[in-house]
Amino acid sequence: MSELRLMKGNEALAEAAIRAGADAYFGYPITPQSEVIEYLMTERPEERTGMVVLQAESEVAAINMVYGAASTGKRAMTSSSSPGVSLKLEGVSYLAGAELPAVIVNVMRGGPGLGTIQPSQADYFQAVKGGGHGDYKLYVLAPASVQEMSDFVSDAFDIAFKYRAPVLILSDGLIGQMMEKVVLKDQKDRMPDEEIIKRYGSWATTGKKGRERNIVTSLDLIPEKMEARVHRLMKKYEQMEREDLRYEMIQCEDAEYLFVAYGSSSRIAQKAVQLAREKGIKVGLLRPITLFPFPKQQLLVLAHQVKGILSVELSTGQMVEDVRLAVKGRVPVKHYGRTGGSIHTPEEVLEALEQKIISDGSN
Amino acid sequence: MTEEIIIAGFGGQGVLSMGKILAYSGMMQGEEVSWMPSYGPEMRGGTANVTVILSDDRISSPYLKVYDTAIILNQQSMDKFEHSVKPGGVLIYDPNGIIDHPTRTDIAIYQIEGNRLATEMGNKKVFNMIVLGGFLKVKPIVQLDNVIAGLKKSLPERYHHLIPLNKEAITKGMQHIISYKVESALIDH
Repeated sequence: MSELRLMKGNEALAEAAIRAGADAYFGYPITPQSEVIEYLMTERPEERTGMVVLQAESEVAAINMVYGAASTGKRAMTSSSSPGVSLKLEGVSYLAGAELPAVIVNVMRGGPGLGTIQPSQADYFQAVKGGGHGDYKLYVLAPASVQEMSDFVSDAFDIAFKYRAPVLILSDGLIGQMMEKVVLKDQKDRMPDEEIIKRYGSWATTGKKGRERNIVTSLDLIPEKMEARVHRLMKKYEQMEREDLRYEMIQCEDAEYLFVAYGSSSRIAQKAVQLAREKGIKVGLLRPITLFPFPKQQLLVLAHQVKGILSVELSTGQMVEDVRLAVKGRVPVKHYGRTGGSIHTPEEVLEALEQKIISDGSN
Repeated sequence: MTEEIIIAGFGGQGVLSMGKILAYSGMMQGEEVSWMPSYGPEMRGGTANVTVILSDDRISSPYLKVYDTAIILNQQSMDKFEHSVKPGGVLIYDPNGIIDHPTRTDIAIYQIEGNRLATEMGNKKVFNMIVLGGFLKVKPIVQLDNVIAGLKKSLPERYHHLIPLNKEAITKGMQHIISYKVESALIDH
């Protein structure tokens, strides 16, 4: 039976990993996501489902453990916060190159450098524009509630195995640290090798008895073959755009202005929508749930309806570039956001809309 | 109904757990709830605060600028949050250690002597439950039964024998919260 609990976002994500039937979690503590590994260590999932939980000696070790486990067809994941995710990016690029399914979680904090332990959304570029080297993309899910911290874990594993590709859950310190009600999903069984082969084909190193050996690698020294591999990856990303785009529209039907915001900023912007409408300003909110794929088409349609768009992020303006690309200059697009661990209030977001979009005559 | 609350005081006063019990109580009553702590360096030895929201509807922003109720437990928090109460809202504070008392006349102000009452009860740890009781007298947004159910849900079983003591503390807070008039305080000076 599904179960109602009050949990922190990080705890809900950890519990969801056990319930999703994950085989392994490898991690290294860092604020503001340390509750993930703390919760897993306390829950002892090796006794509940046989899931392996291991504190690695570093973030680099953890992501390479994920690579190893994923090579054998297991459902493996890791989590960290911004500086730790930077350390993992070599491994992430290798996962993408070797076409391995894996789930990576970033509970973002302020940067650059060690920055601050407070919430931030300044890793958008890192998440959707590569981060690691080479021609690859990550499927990026951006939870905006504790419920989504829970739900997106099994969604992420499903997508990772559907495409044999790493998936990133891009959260932040606000969603990770807050508590909300969460309905936990039922426990799923961990999948035996036979089940994985039946569902996703035989590509993993499960033992070659009775078949040709499977090779898992990101190395291909013959340019033509490597080029073909990169094009195969690009085909996957195109398919993700066609089949697995996710977004939410809030009060967009009659909107004259539009906020675009994801994760914690979308929650704050939603309150700003309410405050604006109390003042008679018709604002809507487009919340990208996946940051790649990005709801480009939906934005272009809305660009014909609204007078201006404010992209709201806890950064100095990263997603705003994708919003501008999507609307093709049809409508003014501005950015607003606090950064470095400061959080904008709904009132500040509304004021930015009034000053940067509504009262700017040049628009 | 939507009630947006900030609870602010020193780390170690039970600020975060008071918020947690309030959130649990709201959940037991079928409300939507959110609990957003300040975390980080400001928690260590300094001030701690938590934003708790209870609502019939989906909660939008868990992070706010203004609140329906501020529960203030030290001077630093008074300086920071007195002016974050919405006009017509409520400010509840423990006068213990407060030098600059609130001066706003557009909100309802209450005093609860949580520190003194907790000492009288012989257990300083029930301080936060006394203050919670005071709040629930002013804003009965959750029923006492649901608070007790929330305590049961949030406390590990080995602490369940302390629930009657917590209930007593809540009741004490309900009995001892008093209205504070800014005008009369000014005349006293």
